[in-house]
Amino acid sequence: MPRISMTVNGRQVSGECEDRTLLVSFLRENLGLTGTHVGCDTSQCGACVIHVDGLAVKSCTMLAAQADGTDVTTIEGLAKGDQLHPMQAAFREHHGLQCGFCTPGMIMAGIDIVNRKGGANLDEKTVREELEGNICRCTGYHNIVKAILDANAKMSGAQAAE
Amino acid sequence: MGADGLGQRVLRKEDRRFITGKGRYTDDIAVARATHAVFVRSPYAHARIRNIDASEALAMPGVHAVLTGKDFAEDKLGSLICGWMIHSKDGSPMKVGAHPSIAADTVKHVGDQVAVVIADTREQARDAAEKVAVDYEELPAVIDPVKAMDPGAPQIHPEAPNNHIFTWPIGDEAATDAAFKGAAHVVKIDVINNRLIPNAIEPRAALAVYDEAEESYTLYNTTQNPHVARLVLSAFVGVAPEHKLRVVGPDVGGGFGSKIYVYPEETVCLWASKKVGRPVRWTAERTESFLTDAHARDHVTHAEMAFDADHRIIGFKVNTIANIGAYMQIFSSATPTYLYGTLLSGQYDMKNIYCEVTAVYTNTNCVDAYRGAGRPEATYLLERLIEKAAREMGVDRVELRRKNFIKSFPHQTPVIMNYDSGDFDALIEKALELADYKGLPARKEEAKKRGKLRGLGFSTYIEACGLAPSAAVGALGGGVGQWESAEVRVNPTGNVEVLTGSHSHGQGHETVFAQLIADRLGIGVENVQIVHGDTDKVQFGMGTYGSRSGPVGLNAILKALEKVEAKAKKIAAHLMEAAEDDIVIEGGKLKVAGTDKELGFGEVSLAAYTAHNLPQGIEPGLKEGAFYDPINFTFPSGCHVCEVEVDPDTGHTEIVKFTAVDDFGNIMNPMIVEGQVHGGLTQGIGQAMFEGCIYDKETGQLLTGSYMDYCMPRAADVPSYTLGHSTTVCPSNPLGLKGCGEAGAIGSPPSVINAIIDATGSDNIAMPATPERVWRAIHG
Repeated sequence: MPRISMTVNGRQVSGECEDRTLLVSFLRENLGLTGTHVGCDTSQCGACVIHVDGLAVKSCTMLAAQADGTDVTTIEGLAKGDQLHPMQAAFREHHGLQCGFCTPGMIMAGIDIVNRKGGANLDEKTVREELEGNICRCTGYHNIVKAILDANAKMSGAQAAE
Repeated sequence: MGADGLGQRVLRKEDRRFITGKGRYTDDIAVARATHAVFVRSPYAHARIRNIDASEALAMPGVHAVLTGKDFAEDKLGSLICGWMIHSKDGSPMKVGAHPSIAADTVKHVGDQVAVVIADTREQARDAAEKVAVDYEELPAVIDPVKAMDPGAPQIHPEAPNNHIFTWPIGDEAATDAAFKGAAHVVKIDVINNRLIPNAIEPRAALAVYDEAEESYTLYNTTQNPHVARLVLSAFVGVAPEHKLRVVGPDVGGGFGSKIYVYPEETVCLWASKKVGRPVRWTAERTESFLTDAHARDHVTHAEMAFDADHRIIGFKVNTIANIGAYMQIFSSATPTYLYGTLLSGQYDMKNIYCEVTAVYTNTNCVDAYRGAGRPEATYLLERLIEKAAREMGVDRVELRRKNFIKSFPHQTPVIMNYDSGDFDALIEKALELADYKGLPARKEEAKKRGKLRGLGFSTYIEACGLAPSAAVGALGGGVGQWESAEVRVNPTGNVEVLTGSHSHGQGHETVFAQLIADRLGIGVENVQIVHGDTDKVQFGMGTYGSRSGPVGLNAILKALEKVEAKAKKIAAHLMEAAEDDIVIEGGKLKVAGTDKELGFGEVSLAAYTAHNLPQGIEPGLKEGAFYDPINFTFPSGCHVCEVEVDPDTGHTEIVKFTAVDDFGNIMNPMIVEGQVHGGLTQGIGQAMFEGCIYDKETGQLLTGSYMDYCMPRAADVPSYTLGHSTTVCPSNPLGLKGCGEAGAIGSPPSVINAIIDATGSDNIAMPATPERVWRAIHG
């Protein structure tokens, strides 16, 4: 079995896996990072969204071997100690989650939306369109959209201040 | 009342683990030496199993066992069950066929399990499953529920001739027929309530662990009701005695009804864990979820409504064929009967209703309760019909509804239910205002200038929640009681653990239930821990479905809490040398009213446990339990208004505004209640515009078996919602709660379709109202 290594949430990790092992399986089973979920195995639901080299990726659609040498961030890597990422905080403040299963993917996708399209011009319509690849069955998206817009305001403000 | 008391927008205690990736769902639980199960499933809708050759699979690396229906039968394990007995019109009991956890002789739908492969890894099990050679003799299949009873239709179960399970009547047939004879107008409708697939985003999963030393089993399972699962698995299937089986429903990623049921897969994993001597885990792939999670709705209905010359409803006749699928599940029989026929009166004062429901087997997956369960079907029928009646009789649709509203409570309907409260005029009044009904003509004009068709649709609903009281449920055929249990344990240091038989899979119980304790004791939600979902911790409970955890579960906690409060007051009175009646609990203290004497709640609880100075006859400790059995169902009601714009060139429909005004009785946490409504509305809009489970009519292949084929509502498909409340307190339980979990999915579908009908002028609009259907309706 090939040996692969990558940076996950700031830590250098390595492990052995089959050629066909999906990145999500490597994260969940080899590294025990079970915050990234599998909802559909066919790249539609978005519960498995993580960041690979700063871009949102559905980790059920990428082989672990393809991620060799990359920098991966999962939901477990967002908070700094007790300090939640603004997107995490906004999901809680706006009740943007119920069962919590799609939530890690939604938060990772939300951050990616703000990274790519954030700022004063990010509006509800854009957020809704950008969420095409993330399915939630509990919230009806209403509060997820509110959370992402609020986090955008905070993240954009923070970026402006830096 | 504190900032985290009842009625407050308290942020959820459970959120932190979910937003940081620390939730603990069944597939996240790691146990040493776990093996993986993969099921071999039927590619045919109906076939005889001639032979299963597992020799090649067994020789593959990592494979421990390939188990079949024969092995299961040899171990004398029982059938899965339907938990509600329905009797036909002629008095005969429903005709139920066996529901084996692995098919031994005949497969009855695509996806039926014929064997299970157990291997060291999921990949090894999957590889080996492909090598299990099953020799099938394909049989003719019947997919269409209307054709299932035709003479010569393929027979699915020997126990149910003509695939007929029951024909169940409700109401007074003779009186209703007589009322129709005197009718000034009769309005008729044929509707199909489209079949749905629930699609909780967490796929079903099971992890079964057999402990040889204790001769006991533990099942971690995606379940809404772990105790009911344990009861069925022990008392009916016979996998293990109840005291040797622990069922844990850890964090569960959405249920919507589909995780109420006891499914073949967890049954097989439990059984196999002892057979292979290793823990066995299984997690559904999404295709398996589509094929085997209990489906929903699937009614074919003809109905007629009779009006007098003054447009008052004088009679309602309904005939429904309900597709049950190939096997009956726990609530399969209750959903299209007592959860449907009993709600046909809606918000309207009707003297005469008669309804017959015929349930049939088909070669499709099981159909059972899903968000709303029967009540969306009743509401859709009724609200389509009322709207049609207004058009046909040329009267205003709001006025027709108002004229027929029930105005006083309690109100006895002709179909069992006794509504305890409501104010339907207030609901519609508020909805008209929030939806700016007056401005509709101007908006229609403006849209017309842009080449768009604008329309607005109403729906009013009433539903019955709580699924209770137990004696009534039992009298109607229910197999279990519908109470709930709770235990309130105060620790010596004064913090509180609440054990509840309810199960949270997104509803926020850890917060709302803690709010009740915080509110009554004044100790802060952070000092309350809610324990649920584990049969080793909570003695028994009925679980969460039917919006019952507020009206039933929370009232059970209140009942236990009142006992704790009474004992704490006794102890405090003794310690402060005051009269028990003078003790009040507020702000985390027990005070002697009118004095400055007080003790902290923690001081009293510590005194209860040190037991150095207790009143005569009082036992040490501070822990009380309760079983709460309600006196009636609860009756949430509401008025939903949908406004759409249709593009006549493409048939594309956009919801431009959706207004929901609901009466849920008292509200414990408005943030959580609104979240429940948002989710319910989106599921209802999904049914109305996007979702439809389609089987090939000849082969029984599921054509909508992935998210590419089954259209789930995405964020861009739905609007932000406008919500309002108009409250009448529920008189049937101490907290005045009615429940809010299903309302959105019940009220919204007819309002969407009525809006599209209003926009297009065609009432030939079926669900889901896809662009193609809408385009064809406009252009003939």
